Amino acid sequence: MTPAPDQLATAGRVLLEASNLTRILPAIVPVTLVQDVSFQVGEAEFVAITGPSGSGKSSLLYLLGLLDRPTSGEVRIDGLPTHALTSAEMAHLRLEKLGFVFQFHFLLPEFTALENVMNPMQRLGKRSPRAQLDHATELLAALGLADFLHRRPEQLSGGQRQRVAVARALANSPALILADEPTGSLDSASTEQVFESLQNIVKSERTTVVAVTHDLELADRMDRRIHLVDGRVDYDRLRQG
Amino acid sequence: MLLLRIASTHIRNRLRQTIVSTLGVALGVGFSVAMASLMEGSQRDFTATLIDAIPHVEILDEQRAPAQQPASAVYDAVAYHGLRPKEDLRGIRNPTEALASLRDWVNGAMAQRLSGQAVLRYAGQDIGMTLIGVEPRRELTVSKIGEDMREGAFEDLDTTSNGLVIGDKAAERLGAELGDTVTLTSANGVAKRFKIVGLFHSGITTSDEGLAYAPLKAVQILLEKPDVINSIAIHLNAIGDANEVAARAERQLGYKAVSWEEANEGLMEAFFVRNVIMYTVVGAILVVAGFGIFNIVSTIVHEKARDIAILKSLGFPEGDIQQIFVLEGLVIGILGALAGSALGFGLSSYLASVKFEFSQDVEMTHLPIYFSALHYAIACLLALFSSGIAGYIPARKAARLNPVDIIRGAT
Repeated sequence: MTPAPDQLATAGRVLLEASNLTRILPAIVPVTLVQDVSFQVGEAEFVAITGPSGSGKSSLLYLLGLLDRPTSGEVRIDGLPTHALTSAEMAHLRLEKLGFVFQFHFLLPEFTALENVMNPMQRLGKRSPRAQLDHATELLAALGLADFLHRRPEQLSGGQRQRVAVARALANSPALILADEPTGSLDSASTEQVFESLQNIVKSERTTVVAVTHDLELADRMDRRIHLVDGRVDYDRLRQG
Repeated sequence: MLLLRIASTHIRNRLRQTIVSTLGVALGVGFSVAMASLMEGSQRDFTATLIDAIPHVEILDEQRAPAQQPASAVYDAVAYHGLRPKEDLRGIRNPTEALASLRDWVNGAMAQRLSGQAVLRYAGQDIGMTLIGVEPRRELTVSKIGEDMREGAFEDLDTTSNGLVIGDKAAERLGAELGDTVTLTSANGVAKRFKIVGLFHSGITTSDEGLAYAPLKAVQILLEKPDVINSIAIHLNAIGDANEVAARAERQLGYKAVSWEEANEGLMEAFFVRNVIMYTVVGAILVVAGFGIFNIVSTIVHEKARDIAILKSLGFPEGDIQQIFVLEGLVIGILGALAGSALGFGLSSYLASVKFEFSQDVEMTHLPIYFSALHYAIACLLALFSSGIAGYIPARKAARLNPVDIIRGAT
C-alpha cells in the first residue's frame, strides 16, 4: 500500500520536485509539520494531496509554492533549485510560474473581477495593457463569467468568486497551479464548476494542478493522489482505472 | 501605477480618516507658510528700515586697537603705568586722498561727514542735537534723507551756506518753522546762526528730535575743525559685499571700517535664533501631522493583512508591499501639502491685506508679509518627509508579514 515516495517519478518533463522536504516549527517543543517528503510532478498532471486534518497538506503546499521555506530538503520548480533564492527572486518565480487558489477566494475587494485578474499581469508586465485586458476577459469568459467582468467580489456568489480566483491564478499562464482546498467553502454545484474549471485547465492548457483536498471523491477523480499522514507520505498512487 | 492604484483604493476606502489626516498636514503646512511669510516679512522690513537709515559701510576716525604709546614702542618687554597718553588729533586725515583711493575700487556711492554735538536754541528754548556736516548732493546718494523730507529740499543746503535741516519733532518742540533762523552752539562755546531750509520725518523719534544736517564747511567752522571729517559713509550697490569692503577699506586706510552687519551683529544673531525657533515649531507641527498619517497607515496595514498575504502569494515582492503603504503616506502628504500651500497663500494674503491705523509715530499700516517660493518648498518638503516616515514604519511591518500565518489564520 505504501510505495516509495519517488516511485511515481513522471516519465515526461518534471515540473515540480520535492526532495526530502522537512518543515519543523521552532518552539519550546518543536512541531514537525512535514517530514522527509519527496515526489516529482510532471507537466499536465492533476494531483491531489489528501490526508487527515493536521497531516501537513497545506504546509506542504506552502513549501511547494515558495510561501514558506523548508527546514531541510529542497523544492525545484521546472528544474530550478529554490533553496538559495532570495525572497524577491522567489516572489518573481511565483509571479511567473505559479498560480495559487485558496479555500477562500482572497480577491482584492476594491477591484472588479476583471481588475483582480489583470493585477498579476500588470505586475509581471509582459503583456501590453490591451493584451492584459483581452486575456483577462478571455479567462473569465472561459470560466463562465463573461457577464460579471465589472462586478466586485461582494457582488458575486461564492462559486463565481472562486472561479475569478482560478482565472487570476491563470493570468500569467503559469506552468503550475497550487490549490489549497479550492472547493472547501463551496456548495456542491459550485464545487463541480470549480473542479471542472481546474480539470479543463489541465487538459486544454497542459497546466499542472496540485490541489490539497479533503474531498476524497474529488481526489479520486484526479490523475494522482499523494496521501499524507503525520507529515509523511503515506502513499502516492495513480488513479485507479 | 498598479501600486499607486492599490494605495489610492486603500485610502479612498477610509475617506473620513484620510480627510482628517490630510487636514492635519494642510494645517501644518498652511500655518508654517503663513508664519514664515510673516516672520521673514517683518525681518526684511526691519532690516530694510535699518539699512536705509545707516550706511552700508562706515569708516570712522578711530582704530580698532588703541593707538600704541611711544614708550611701549621702544621697549617691548617693559610695562609702563601712570604715563599720560599722547594727545592725538581726532579725524580722518587727508580725506580727499582717502576718498579718491576708495573710489578706485568701491562699487557704490560715498559721502564724507563731520558730526558733533551742539545745542540748538530758538525762542529761548534749547535742544541738544547731533549735528552732521555733509556735502548735500553726495549725502543724498548714501542715505534716504531725501525721501524723508517733509518741507523744503535737502539740496537747499547746497545753495544756503548757513542752511539747516532738522527733524519735524524738533521744530515742533521749538515752535520753529521753515525759514526761521536758529542758533547752534558747539561744546567749545562757538555759536553760529543757521536758517532752517528743510524739515524731515524719518519715523525714528530720536532722529526726528535730535538730528540736524548742515553744510560740511559750516559745521567745520562751528566745531573748530577746519578741513577735518570724522566719517565716510558708503552706500554699496551690492549690499552683500559690505563685510568685504569694510575689511579692505580698513586695511587700506588704517581706520576702523564697520559694515552694517557688524554694527548690528546682535540683531542678526537674534534673527537667526528666531528663524531656528520658527522652523523648530514648524517641524513640530508637521511631526504631529505625521502621527495622524502613521495612525491611518497602521490601521490600513492591520485591516489589509489578508490582502498583503494574497499579494505576496501572487508574487508581489516585499518591496512592492512596502511601496504601497509608503505611497499611501505620501499621497496623504502630497494632498495635505497642496491644500496647505493654498491655505498658507490664503492666510498670508489675508494677513497682508489687514491694515493697522496708528495715530502717531509708528509708520506701519499693514503687516509685512514676504511671499517666497522657498517657504512653500520648505514646508512641503518637511510635510512629505514627515509623511514618508509616517508611512514607512507601518509599511516595513506590512512587508515583513508572513503570508502563511495570515492565510492559515483566515482559513
